[in-house]
Amino acid sequence: MLKNIEDLRKIREENQGLLFLRKNPNITSEKKEILVCGGTGCHSSQSKEIMEAFNVEIEKMNLTGKASCHITGCFGFCEKGPIVKVYPDDVFYTEVKISDVGEILKTHILGGQKVDRLLYLDPKSNERIDTQHHMDFYRKQVRIALRNCGLLDPEKIEEYIANDGYMALAELLLTKQPIDIINTMKESGLRGRGGGGFPTGSKWGMALRSVSDQKYMICNADEGDPGAFMDRSILEGDPHSIIEAMAIGGYAIGATKGVVYIRAEYPLAIKRLKIAIDQARKYNLLGKNIMNSGFDFDIDIKYGAGAFVCGEETALIQSIEGHRGEPVSKPPYPSESGLFGKPTVVNNVETLANIPIIFQKGAAWFSSIGSEHSKGTKVFALAGKINNVGLVEVPMGITLREIIYEIGGGIKGGHAFKSVQTGGPSGGCITESNLDTPIDYESLSKIGSMMGSGGMIVMDEENCMVNIAKFYLDFTVEESCGKCTACRIGTKRLLEILNRIVEGKGEEDDLDKLTKLSETIKDTALCGLGQTAPNPILSTIKYFQEEYKAHIIDKRCPSGVCKDLLRYEIGDACIGCTKCARACPVDAISGKVREKHFIDQAKCIKCGSCYTACPVKPVKAVLIV
Amino acid sequence: MCNFSQNPNVIELDNFIEEINAKETDLIAVLHRAQNLFGYISEEVLSHISKKIGVPKASIYGVVSFYSYFTTEPRGKNVINVCMGTACFVRGSEKILREFESQLRIKSGETTIDKNFTIDSLRCVGACGLAPVVMVNDKVYGRAETSDVARIISECEV
Repeated sequence: MLKNIEDLRKIREENQGLLFLRKNPNITSEKKEILVCGGTGCHSSQSKEIMEAFNVEIEKMNLTGKASCHITGCFGFCEKGPIVKVYPDDVFYTEVKISDVGEILKTHILGGQKVDRLLYLDPKSNERIDTQHHMDFYRKQVRIALRNCGLLDPEKIEEYIANDGYMALAELLLTKQPIDIINTMKESGLRGRGGGGFPTGSKWGMALRSVSDQKYMICNADEGDPGAFMDRSILEGDPHSIIEAMAIGGYAIGATKGVVYIRAEYPLAIKRLKIAIDQARKYNLLGKNIMNSGFDFDIDIKYGAGAFVCGEETALIQSIEGHRGEPVSKPPYPSESGLFGKPTVVNNVETLANIPIIFQKGAAWFSSIGSEHSKGTKVFALAGKINNVGLVEVPMGITLREIIYEIGGGIKGGHAFKSVQTGGPSGGCITESNLDTPIDYESLSKIGSMMGSGGMIVMDEENCMVNIAKFYLDFTVEESCGKCTACRIGTKRLLEILNRIVEGKGEEDDLDKLTKLSETIKDTALCGLGQTAPNPILSTIKYFQEEYKAHIIDKRCPSGVCKDLLRYEIGDACIGCTKCARACPVDAISGKVREKHFIDQAKCIKCGSCYTACPVKPVKAVLIV
Repeated sequence: MCNFSQNPNVIELDNFIEEINAKETDLIAVLHRAQNLFGYISEEVLSHISKKIGVPKASIYGVVSFYSYFTTEPRGKNVINVCMGTACFVRGSEKILREFESQLRIKSGETTIDKNFTIDSLRCVGACGLAPVVMVNDKVYGRAETSDVARIISECEV
């Protein structure tokens, strides 16, 4: 129970020991600390079991005084997970398996030698790299929102406090007025990280000006972009930052109640958030009269139930109230009339994660990072056909080329880069010619995409852009709430045209139809989901018109993806082994042993079994044309 | 009906409703609990919730059908979810979904007649580094290929 800021300082000092090894890299120490990544990717590759195995072995080998092991948040380098880090030696082990635990303890902890084979192998120099800071993946990253992920144990509030956590809240509550806080937020230049990029300080200012007996501070953790997982990682790796930021926001706008609206599909994030809220309550960092400041604030968790549209703030509010998550028209804005008709601020997880440190280090520090109109950093979930899949946090203004080729290590399997998609179902595809665009809210919109929540999917020449547009439209059609006609019927019509094109039934005026209908939907849909739904189509038509034409006019899919536009044929290389004929499920292949075989196109269902079965090397006798 | 109200799951649901003093605004929380307990929201359960918290059945049905997390059909013993998030999609998860469909002879969203398997897709589990990802119940299979499908099915308990 903390009564004042002195109590908080005392807890901070008392727990410095917890972080000593982590904060003083490369000092000589008898004792080592082993941190295992507990992010979703690593968790899926048994990182929890690895942590347990460490603790069992540490006991068995009588190393309790020499080593300890626990979970931390996402390191971001998911491609090479599970990640294990040893402090204070600052050694970064990749792709660790349960069977490696004994060797790490014997060789590293007891023997003082690094386990070479588990160190990251740099693909360029072919050398092993032992520390994070020397890897291309980390060199250009600036970790602000992710600052505590990979450093702290998310289930221990003491570690967060030892790392200056809750100090910003305490100082603001005791020494600042709400308007000062809002001014600092405005000076920092922080803009919403959920997609729109609205200035956070202005949002708070509007809510402060609204007069009401009750106001609400909502954290939007309904991360719906299929391919973005930064909010989840922050909640799993650093839940206290979110709690602290919500309390600061609550104080600034005059709200005593906070709600975290989180996807039910994120069980681990929910668990860690619950633990963190309970701990904060115990210390009186949440609840009545926080640290004797006279300010009350508490947080409730509400679960989403799988509806992408609930990421839109008015739909989210409907859902918290127990209704179908359908958006309502603005104005009035939530800052005037939101949850239960009261003034409400809705902030995204990543936005909130930036806030405590802005108050620790100052608005000037924050606004010195980034570009002219977009300050600070952005976290991207870098995925797709790229060598280094993972979560990366970069300063605004960095170019896509730097992210893809330096941090991301280039395209997987030596293939050629084709396009990068940002902004998820609301965004667009960007081509080689725009790779040198500095990333910020405005520049991405200018080239037909958007920042969005931070999904960044890289595609190579094996990806068909018409099929990608269809994939996103499939998604928006499924997720359209059905309230407004433009979105409900319009997106469905767009999808029907795309389906026709990939089935080889495209007509010459389809491109025209797609473009016109897209523009109409953009102008008339009720909410952001509908207004941005045509973006994947418009941007692919703009940059990949030839590919659309190949589908529509030549009835051909240049990437060999669209099944209905493919044809299997057997070439002269056929050795007559009969394997393809035996593999064919519909008996479409005929031919005698040791003679060239033949596919009856009328019977063929294009399943590809013959192609898989063909043993001829290096080029298969079964051809896809 | 008297059997229904003595069902331990129903008792647990009732306790939950009383514990949080559930009102209309708690409908989604109540539905989450109900689906956890019963595996799906049957009409019987829906009527029961309607009586308990005083929200018309039609409104509850409107909410249940709106959110993809809720289901009104019983699911199979093993729920196979193929991730169709963008990262998995561009690395070929669609092919894997088709392979499950062809081996189990059901479509995505359906359950086998013996109630052993349900196939479904979901959007991003956040393990994009392991794409394409298949989730069977709570177990994650990463970097899946079509040739793994038979093995994944055989590892399921039936």
